Amino acid sequence: MKRHLPLIATAAILATLFAAAALSYEGFASARVMVNLFADNAFLGIVAIGMTLVIFSGGIDLSVGAVIGFTSIFTATLVTGRGWHPALVWPLAILGGAALGAAMGTLIHAFRLPAFLITLAGMFLARGTGFWLNTESVGITHPWYAALANFALPLGGPIQVPAAALIFGAVALAGYVIAHHMRFGRTLLAIGGSEQSSVLMGLPVGRAKIAVYTLNGACAGLAGVVATIYTGSGNPSMGVGLELDAIAVVVIGGTILTGGRGHIVGTVLGLLIFGTIQAAILFDGRLSSWWMRIVVGALLLLFILLQRALLRRVQR
Amino acid sequence: MRDFTKSALFWLLAGLALLLGFNLLSDAAFLRITIHDGHLFGVPVDIFTQSSRTMLVALGMTLVIATGGVDLSVGSVVAISGAVCALVLGHGHNLAVTLAAAVGVGLTAGTVNGLLVARWQIQPIVATLILMVAGRGVAQLVSGGQVIIVAHAGFEYLANGFVLGLPVAPLLVAMLFGLTQLFLRRTAAGLFVQAVGDNETASRFAGLAAARVKALTYVFSGACAGLCGVMTAANIRAADANRAGENAELDAIFAVVVGGTALTGGRFSLLGTFLGALLIQTLTTTMYYRGVAPAVAPVPKALLIVAVSLLQSETFRGWLKERAAQLGWRRRTNRANPAPTPP
Repeated sequence: MKRHLPLIATAAILATLFAAAALSYEGFASARVMVNLFADNAFLGIVAIGMTLVIFSGGIDLSVGAVIGFTSIFTATLVTGRGWHPALVWPLAILGGAALGAAMGTLIHAFRLPAFLITLAGMFLARGTGFWLNTESVGITHPWYAALANFALPLGGPIQVPAAALIFGAVALAGYVIAHHMRFGRTLLAIGGSEQSSVLMGLPVGRAKIAVYTLNGACAGLAGVVATIYTGSGNPSMGVGLELDAIAVVVIGGTILTGGRGHIVGTVLGLLIFGTIQAAILFDGRLSSWWMRIVVGALLLLFILLQRALLRRVQR
Repeated sequence: MRDFTKSALFWLLAGLALLLGFNLLSDAAFLRITIHDGHLFGVPVDIFTQSSRTMLVALGMTLVIATGGVDLSVGSVVAISGAVCALVLGHGHNLAVTLAAAVGVGLTAGTVNGLLVARWQIQPIVATLILMVAGRGVAQLVSGGQVIIVAHAGFEYLANGFVLGLPVAPLLVAMLFGLTQLFLRRTAAGLFVQAVGDNETASRFAGLAAARVKALTYVFSGACAGLCGVMTAANIRAADANRAGENAELDAIFAVVVGGTALTGGRFSLLGTFLGALLIQTLTTTMYYRGVAPAVAPVPKALLIVAVSLLQSETFRGWLKERAAQLGWRRRTNRANPAPTPP
């Protein structure tokens, strides 16, 4: 019970926010809005799942937003400019993200460099390379893209789930299994708790650390691909500042930024909180978009203070 | 001398010399400084002027990093202070009031950060992330989401003016660096900052008010960011809540790290930070000069960060030494052939 207190707090805040929005705005509590909470934030969600795993291990990855920008323009350039088939380009894009993640993870682990700096370099590298491919947005017209844009899985009644939301669902499920039902996830949490103890326990610390950055890079690559599906185009400036949103979602979800404690379900709830605020501001129409940032900042403060208080109680 | 070649300052100066040499070889006009209307003009002057804002933010950041922390909120503070400046000037107040308002914004933000980090012991990245996310929203709230144009001669002078033929902005920043250096090294303050960064628990047991020292560095960093907000707004004669101070925190952290102050805290060098910011700007200017598209400019920056972090990493140095020893050992045995004597 005590262990899941942050998760319960997140769920309570989500329920309160959603109820408040549903009472204030007509038509907010509809199946369509709820599905769109997932669909509109699918690529943020995919990145946040990967980020959760990295944060479990006590690390951080600032490069994800830039990787989304890079993979989206990479996909668009190859599909539109070169006429390659998406079925070939998508795996390449995901592999590209994974390769960058693996390189950063190796540097961070092998030479004990601060993750903050190395992923910052990765961010500059990915953003620069993306702009080098093309400085402008490139539209994608391909039968597969048209099909995916119109695709929606009917779930009975008026509920239809678009492709982006489905992909996010799959990633979230995979993330849940990896984090909470596999040895790898436990190793990550152990590293976040204490790297030294993990080494002494004989856990494969190096392998796990490199693997988690690789996995997160692949997630960011996938998120870039999903972004091209969602917008029907590739843009090197896509995902600017997205890493911050992802970190905010993870923290609001109750995962502790120092690592070692957290839950994937929390991240999904955090994403829904993020989406609900966004949708409410959109529904209201009178509120300006900057309230989003202020509210998210306030929520961050609330959660961090809550975690602080909880940790103190546990330590006593 | 041996110690000097090992220090970060040596590498910084070598990097600067290398860049300048490269530029001189490809175009001798790079370093030319001319005098127009009694003012200095030329690429080197531009480099100083362009890097002055990063230097200012990096000055505060150096002290924060020296205590083992980091301040991510500076970019947002730059945006808020710029917006507040534009509003205050717009209401017809004079320059002194405006400057006071801007520094006040910075001090307030710094106090919030300091309280979160020192009093509530929240990890610095997280604590300052809050203001980084919310701050830009606050800046847009202050400016009403619009770019506020500022027309004020004295205000503009702060960023683009000249005094005795020299540009004002870098002079001001250099003066601030000098004053801070004097204060830190002539009093025990510098030692306190370093002690807290080296080992907080030990410094607390030694009777140091470690929490207060930490909080004060954040307050100082906020004030620097507040001043930078004035200069940023003055430079473009407008307060842009969306773009002002964009990536300022990254550039500042980068300058500090390139300047030889480790992210883990402890020993710090203000001169290193100054030269670090200069090196980054020289690199950027070189690329513009060579016709590299501005959008691609982050790539060499990324390579520089990795190179600098590798050079500073003990593990990497050890690995390099081992490699070098292995190679040297093999070469010697090849030449001399008899069995090598084991060490």
